[in-house]
Amino acid sequence: MNARIFAILLCFLPLPALAQGFAGMGSEAEGFATPQPDPTFDFPADHGPHSAYRIEWWYLTANMTGPDDTPYGLQWTLFRSALEPEEREGWDSPQIWLGHAAVTTPDTHHSAERFARGGIGQAGVTPAPFEAWIDDWRMAGETLADVSLRATGPDFSYEVDLNAQGPLIFHGQNGYSVKSEAGQASYYYSQPFYSLTGTLTLPDGSVEVTGNAWLDREWSSQPLAEDQDGWDWFSLSFEDGAKLMAFELRQSDGRSYASGTWIEPDGRTTALPDGALSATPLETTDVADRTVPTTWRLEVPGRGVDVTVQALNPKAWMAVTPPYWEGPVTVTGSHKGRGYLEMTGY
Amino acid sequence: MTRAGLSALWSYWRCNPLQLFTLITGLALATALWSGVQAINTEARASYDAAAATLGEGTFDQLLPKSGDRFDQSIYIDLRRAGWQVAPVLEGRLTGADGPLRLIGIDPLTAPAGIMPQTTTNDAGQSLSDVVTAQTVFVHPRSVAAARDMLTSPVVADRNLAPGTALADIGTVQKLLDQPGQLSRLIVAPRQARDLPALNDVAPDLRRLSANQGADAGRLTDSFHLNLTAFGLLSFAVGIFIVHGAIGLAFEQRRGLVRSLRALGLPLRRLIALLALELVVLALLAGCLGILLGYLIAATLLPDVAATLRGLYGASISGTLQLRPEWWLSGLGIALLGTALASGGALWRTARMPVLASAGARAWAMTAGRARVWQTWLAVMMLAISLALVWLADGLLLGFLCLGCLLLGAALALPACLDRALLLAERLSAAVRWQWFWADTRQQLPGLSLALMALLLAIAANVGVSTMVSSFRLTFTAFLDQRLAAELYINARSPEQSDRMQAFLVQDGATLLPVQSVDTRLAGQPAELYGARIGPTYIENWRFLAQGTDPWERVASGEAVIINEQLARRADLWPGDILAVAPGLSLPVAGVFGDYGNPIGQAIIGEALFRDLHPEVAVTRFGLRTDQPEALRDRLEARFDLAAGQIIDQAQVKRMSMQVFERTFTVTGALNILTLAVAGFAMLMSLLTLAGMRLPQLAPAWALGLTRAELGRLELLRALILAALTLICALPLGLALAWVLLALVNVEAFGWRLPMYLFPVDYARLAGLAILAALLAAAWPALRLARTPPADLLKVFANER
Repeated sequence: MNARIFAILLCFLPLPALAQGFAGMGSEAEGFATPQPDPTFDFPADHGPHSAYRIEWWYLTANMTGPDDTPYGLQWTLFRSALEPEEREGWDSPQIWLGHAAVTTPDTHHSAERFARGGIGQAGVTPAPFEAWIDDWRMAGETLADVSLRATGPDFSYEVDLNAQGPLIFHGQNGYSVKSEAGQASYYYSQPFYSLTGTLTLPDGSVEVTGNAWLDREWSSQPLAEDQDGWDWFSLSFEDGAKLMAFELRQSDGRSYASGTWIEPDGRTTALPDGALSATPLETTDVADRTVPTTWRLEVPGRGVDVTVQALNPKAWMAVTPPYWEGPVTVTGSHKGRGYLEMTGY
Repeated sequence: MTRAGLSALWSYWRCNPLQLFTLITGLALATALWSGVQAINTEARASYDAAAATLGEGTFDQLLPKSGDRFDQSIYIDLRRAGWQVAPVLEGRLTGADGPLRLIGIDPLTAPAGIMPQTTTNDAGQSLSDVVTAQTVFVHPRSVAAARDMLTSPVVADRNLAPGTALADIGTVQKLLDQPGQLSRLIVAPRQARDLPALNDVAPDLRRLSANQGADAGRLTDSFHLNLTAFGLLSFAVGIFIVHGAIGLAFEQRRGLVRSLRALGLPLRRLIALLALELVVLALLAGCLGILLGYLIAATLLPDVAATLRGLYGASISGTLQLRPEWWLSGLGIALLGTALASGGALWRTARMPVLASAGARAWAMTAGRARVWQTWLAVMMLAISLALVWLADGLLLGFLCLGCLLLGAALALPACLDRALLLAERLSAAVRWQWFWADTRQQLPGLSLALMALLLAIAANVGVSTMVSSFRLTFTAFLDQRLAAELYINARSPEQSDRMQAFLVQDGATLLPVQSVDTRLAGQPAELYGARIGPTYIENWRFLAQGTDPWERVASGEAVIINEQLARRADLWPGDILAVAPGLSLPVAGVFGDYGNPIGQAIIGEALFRDLHPEVAVTRFGLRTDQPEALRDRLEARFDLAAGQIIDQAQVKRMSMQVFERTFTVTGALNILTLAVAGFAMLMSLLTLAGMRLPQLAPAWALGLTRAELGRLELLRALILAALTLICALPLGLALAWVLLALVNVEAFGWRLPMYLFPVDYARLAGLAILAALLAAAWPALRLARTPPADLLKVFANER
């Protein structure tokens, strides 16, 4: 895409940013609704968009293996970014939509992006039957528990079916996820129990894959404090069935705010407050003129977790608007498993 | 030695400041006209490029409706949802008090790089909000005031847009143009996803136009610029005549100096190098002066050029001039090239001259006897080529080549013609004094011939262009009377208002002539398709250039189409031929009508048929036939809330059209006068330089009893006779020029042929002007001669070598 469009969007995007924390995520949420503690969700309506909030996403990542045990990763993301806290018909709509899709192999990383205006039918989300789409990319099914997912780019495409094997997971306090000491927060729930079957089409041909996928749903208006300028986010699935969501928000003064959710194989959750976990970079990779940590030590002392998280492909740079690192990881150490890592603000 | 050589060479110019002045002025004028025209052209091109960049023309493929000029945005959504990476564009015009404003709507999210102007995105944070939700309209700084008058949205100046162009979010433009849900075209992103469905499966009503097609306005405006360039070259040629004369004279007169320098031991090579260096310095000096002058010319003419281009082609260019390196470099280059052209021969002759060759100061051009034979042959050849091109010329360039050969051939033939005429006069005169006068005039001819050629070209260009302009004016006025038959023209704000007005008007008893049209392509050319409500107005007023039987009846019943001359000539379609009007509908051509002032093709079909083909086109413009236009206008204004410009009376339209037309030729007219002035200057300078050299020839006549006053009067008479003879040659040449312009160049450039009218009074006035210029040019040298101290004349005998 181009630098100018990038410049336009920079201030509205939910991902990394220049001044003001993450591209406006740390700026004042004037006129927009702010998340309140102890939420009650209304499904399926809450699977749909929340126009009163500034940003929102439907964020799916998957770890997969091919017939020859080659590991693959895929990403499908739909972002909503609002210029004003409401929805209007036609081109008047102040809602902006972005799509990011990627497929990662141990050697290659393919990504693509889409832009759309709200109000004209080019992109949007309907809760029942569930459909989230931008252009020809879509995630759709009778309910969110059973959806098919597709995306295409100049050099890849995929078409996979997802089937939820467990319940929705609510992060923080029943889905109210605090992001800073100052109290910035978002509504945040996940479906980490999808099983996946489908086809990846890569430049070398098609690959039948199976695996598991993790959907994140999050919306907010000002989820970050002004001095927070990037994050590292982990979603890990261990071989024993337990899962871990962990994020660390880096502050400009060098300190960080870390939090997460421990998920039992049956879906019971324990919130991990700030201080309950730590993430330490072990190795970095130079990619796209930046230095990004691609091997991490992740510790959750209360759960006996002390693992090394290593990128499957350290060059999994998303050269989209705005750019960030996102790719599949393998987990070794006290627990074994796989998952996804997202790093912004580098 | 080098320094001595240089100072010797320079001393010549110090002693002959007039020649130095002639040389520099001639070269400066030539450069000025050339670089002025170039400046205008470069500026205009830069403006087109800005306009094209705004639209992504020439950079990206486009999807356009197969017929009509709008389509529903649901097609855009269908394409996006099928994976096609396309960006929507809606274009339209709003007309305000200051003329039309071209509105372009885009979607800043999907538009490819470079479409959004730079300034709109500099302040990243606010921009998207400004464009999408605040509905800001971006316009060129010069159009800000006009846009603010016309639009309710916030208006922001943006230098990167072409003047008269406004850019805004597509939603904003849909509202401003009252075209909800409509798009004009889609820009195809260069990078598409894999395995796209075929365009025809998703959007069968769209067709793909590749990036290198299109740019039709470019082709049209090219002809205008070629026109200007031709004028610039012509002026340059006239200037080079002057420079050639001045340099040749200087070299001849410095033969003695050259001989002395070489005899003193200055090597020939170094001498030539010094002479060349001297010329380069002079050329650079004159070139800089010329560029300065050229800038002034361009800055003065540019607003008129801008008006012309807008009027003729609807292409907007900036009226302000920027100093661009490409044109001042080209100006310096052309000054150097001109000097090289003018001095090459003289340098070569100097180089070949034997060291001690006689340095006799014979009248320098008298050696040109053999050259004149050559020149005459060359002239005959040029004229023959020109004549051949009248039949063979196909394309604008060849048309201009024909023109160039005609002018150059005629100019080269002039000395021989004049010589013949003078010889005849000499033979016919009995008195010795007159025999001497004619012989002396003939003897002067070579020295004056360059100036006379310049005069010939200038007069001929003047006759030719004024004949063309006046012919055009006559034809155009008649055409306007025929085409603008309705007394009032209404521009409704919306289809709803249009409906209400039509209902009111029908009740009121007025005859309505709806104007409904779509931009489309006919026979592969950009064209407008009109639907006309055929009635007495059309049948009585329109004249056809070529017609079949009952054209209007057949058009009214939907059985035929009539087309304008432009389309007829370009596609070679004449009555009886078949034209595809819309997909699946072909109609025979029933007539061809003249359509002056319109660059593109036009076809007219019956109203009913047009409605069937384009039900989406709402009638918002219509003409009204009424006996009492004033009263009806008052009633309409009382009944409807009409903004300025929504109701226009016929006289106003005619006045506006004539204004456009008049300004179209302001530029040509101005260049014409400049050329004539340059020619007059050339004449003055030639006479002045000759005057000094001619003393030895005049002294004997004085000694034989002619008084100085008589000599002076004879000088004036000579200038008068030469100018008159040149004029006699120039008139037919000018008419031939006019014919080539009207019958060849015009057809190629604009697509229509104009009848040629003659304007004897104009020519008489021009003849008077030319004679006056010659008299003025001769007056000073004649006066100087009349006042030459007798001692100078006596010295001639004492100093004779």
